[in-house]
Amino acid sequence: MLLQGDPGFRRIVGLSLRVSLTAVAVAAMIGLPVGAALAVARFPGRGAVIAAMNALMGLPPVLCGLLVYLLLSRSGPLGQFGLLFTPTAMVVAQAALIAPILAALSCQLLQSLWEEYAEQLRSLGISRLGAVPTLLWEGRFGLITVLLAGFGRAAAEVGAVMIVGGNIEGFTRVMTTAIALETSKGDLPLAIALGLVLMLVVLGVNLFAWALRGWAQRSGH
Amino acid sequence: MIRAEGLSYAVGGVPIIRDLSFAAALAAPLLILGPNGAGKSVLLRLLHGLLRPDAGRIEVPGPQAMVFQRPVLLRRSALENVLFPLHGPEAAPRARAALELVGLSAMADRPARRLSGGEQQRLALARAAALAPRILFLDEPCAALDPAATRAVEEIIAHLAAAGTRIVMTSHDLGQARRLAGEVLFLHRGRLLEHTPAADFFTTPRTAEAAAFLRGELLWA
Repeated sequence: MLLQGDPGFRRIVGLSLRVSLTAVAVAAMIGLPVGAALAVARFPGRGAVIAAMNALMGLPPVLCGLLVYLLLSRSGPLGQFGLLFTPTAMVVAQAALIAPILAALSCQLLQSLWEEYAEQLRSLGISRLGAVPTLLWEGRFGLITVLLAGFGRAAAEVGAVMIVGGNIEGFTRVMTTAIALETSKGDLPLAIALGLVLMLVVLGVNLFAWALRGWAQRSGH
Repeated sequence: MIRAEGLSYAVGGVPIIRDLSFAAALAAPLLILGPNGAGKSVLLRLLHGLLRPDAGRIEVPGPQAMVFQRPVLLRRSALENVLFPLHGPEAAPRARAALELVGLSAMADRPARRLSGGEQQRLALARAAALAPRILFLDEPCAALDPAATRAVEEIIAHLAAAGTRIVMTSHDLGQARRLAGEVLFLHRGRLLEHTPAADFFTTPRTAEAAAFLRGELLWA
């Protein structure tokens, strides 16, 4: 099945990748700047915000799926767009799930970088918030690992995409929901094959990031 | 001309700088000397505006730049480090000229953090010099360097001073202070004990503390 490249099977794998990678991109655009801003900003309640963000790292995917479901359902605040049970809804759910992870991890990473850079950047006349783009760029190689953590979480979760995607064959069925379905139907070979591909995908993405970091270190940054 | 009046600064109720006043024309490099813990680095940061005094007034004209004991370099090439705070069409030629000044033209494209300690400090000097500061603050710029690198850095400082940059620096190295200083501020326990031309300070110190410091007997405040 793996080698034959059954079109239905390929579609499932492709959609998984597309949804999770898009979710990582969307979550990164929100989570990384927020994490960097929290790393440099000083305001009352900052500790509480960081604690809340850390707590959200443990948000159960089904709960995240339920919240996005309520948001996107016909009678929900964003119901008019008809996004429920589409791949877009799955992207929204996964992005909501991992944005706090990206923010919390990048905040931690960039805080130590800020300690090193703060005086020098202030001496160069750069404000705290003005330092955010600089910090994100300076932390770029560490942030790759942060993005990987987010991708791993997004690609592996099943509860949220099941609820907001509906596991519709050929449209919103991804690897994790397919595995759950095939297992309950008793088609264990298909479930195992999908599981293997899921692991290979996650492994491949990690290897790529590892190689990227290695290259960066060798080139001296 | 820089001026400080009634400057006080404390951390957690412990006074670091006590009611310090001086005015200096900076015709020649001003060296801030004193035993460890005298408040030299804090005074430098107050003058540069990195710290806000608890009391007192500071008048220091801009533009200013500062070089720190441990060079804080960005994870980019040497040239990009110098370019970082610069803007406009003049940026590139100014950065190149600054690298030339510190003798790092050949290293322009090398990752800054792969340079040796002495080269890194020279690069930090180039970045500061490229800003064409009226006043350049240096906090123990040679504390972590070997004698050859120290000599190279001193030559650059002397060159900048001769070219009209006003120098204010701290040092614990009396030989270096003798070589560079035009005027000396001698601090002890956060108080200014002497403000004299360097020639007088090294031959005929007015206070017992300064005399002990010059004999190498007063190492800790």
